[in-house]
Amino acid sequence: MMENKTDKNSYTILFAIGMVLVVGGLLAFTASSLKPAIYENVRLEKQQNILYAMGINDNDESSAVFISTDKAPQEFEANIKDQIVITVDADGKILKTQTRDEYFEETKEEPYLIDVKKQKANMKEGKPRKLPLFVGERDGKTYYVAPIYGKGLWDAIWGYVAVDKDMVVRGAYFDHKGETPGLGANIKQRFFMDDFYGEHLLTEAGVFKGIVVAKGNADPKNNDKTDNEVDAIAGATITGDGVTAMIKSDLKLYMPYFESIKNNN
Amino acid sequence: MGLLSKKDSKLILDPLADNNPITIQVLGICSALAITAELKASIVMAISVLFVLGIGNVVISLMRNIIPSKIRIIVQLVVVAALVIIVDQVLKAFAYELSKTLSVFVGLIITNCIIMGRFEAFALANGPWRSFLDGIGNAAGYGLILIIVGFFRELLGSGTLLGIPVLGNPIPGELSGLYAYGYENNGFMLLSPMALIVVGIIIWIQRSRNKALIED
Repeated sequence: MMENKTDKNSYTILFAIGMVLVVGGLLAFTASSLKPAIYENVRLEKQQNILYAMGINDNDESSAVFISTDKAPQEFEANIKDQIVITVDADGKILKTQTRDEYFEETKEEPYLIDVKKQKANMKEGKPRKLPLFVGERDGKTYYVAPIYGKGLWDAIWGYVAVDKDMVVRGAYFDHKGETPGLGANIKQRFFMDDFYGEHLLTEAGVFKGIVVAKGNADPKNNDKTDNEVDAIAGATITGDGVTAMIKSDLKLYMPYFESIKNNN
Repeated sequence: MGLLSKKDSKLILDPLADNNPITIQVLGICSALAITAELKASIVMAISVLFVLGIGNVVISLMRNIIPSKIRIIVQLVVVAALVIIVDQVLKAFAYELSKTLSVFVGLIITNCIIMGRFEAFALANGPWRSFLDGIGNAAGYGLILIIVGFFRELLGSGTLLGIPVLGNPIPGELSGLYAYGYENNGFMLLSPMALIVVGIIIWIQRSRNKALIED
């Protein structure tokens, strides 16, 4: 009798509806009750990422270690002097430049929480894009940290690049959503990220070129800092190309801003 | 005899060798290719599947008399997907670092054919306790192969284990250890085809030692 009952169409449909309601409810409940905690983790991670890029981290000899989450907010407060928001139109022309306080007044949102992915999509649709730029100071040097976002082989990749006023890289942090472990996933390893330190984003003539993740560039120890190239990870060509592309497309947009601060000095 | 009866311990021990999900049942090959370039990823995946398969088998087994047979595959899929997503969300809230390591695997766990295979072949026809043992056994058998493959791929491909260099320093100019004698990492080991070849070698060794496993 039991089998007959579960074979009936009406039972099947009722079971399916019940299952959807129960599972859907369970998932919705889990998601909404955990949302604040998850949001807080994401927020702290952004602070850690930005601080990492400007050299504030707990790195040991070989691995990348963030400063702890309980220290991140104070360090962020202490080291980030301003969070500039540059609004550009779809052609990359600067529409306005706001300081953190001006931006907060307008939107009630911290600039470091700006969704880079969304802003990038805005630009594609021909709408203005907000470019956050975090101005940090450490040991008397000024760091400009910019977020970048792109895609790797499987999914999103992103990062934060710290540069000085001449657009020479002073630190970089990369992360990914789902690159291949052992290959593309290694973009968040020290041996890859550290290579960017000291690299120039501009050519010697002062034209923006970016940094190319290059295979067989005859400079595996990365001694030549002005060649606009770092050594690629073997077996991670597409992920490396993604890094090249996001550096090129996203950091280039900051170029007019850097030109303007140069001209003001 | 201890904690488990002979029949029960067979449920755990069989999948480790003579009925291994990867080498004998040839399930879960896709994830074995995808994530074994590093030992750490293999271990994380093994533990995740152990968890999901153990609990999933129990849930399906408890529901086995009320699941309509026409949509049982969808029900299984929903159970495993819900389980994985809840675990992922909880980790994101309370163990953020760990969840970032795991995020890559969430999709791979849901689509892992071993999980669906055990639901379908075992949990639907057996009680919760036996299903739990079967789940743990199969996940362990799967994890064992994953870890063996991960060990060799990382060792021969990158010269490291769990990210720690074990064969010396391969950087030109600072050569040490094996590299000083002209040894080089085999980058091919990091690519998926080599996982298939390593799994093939394991199957070969296993079957040549136990003739009963050879099919006609």
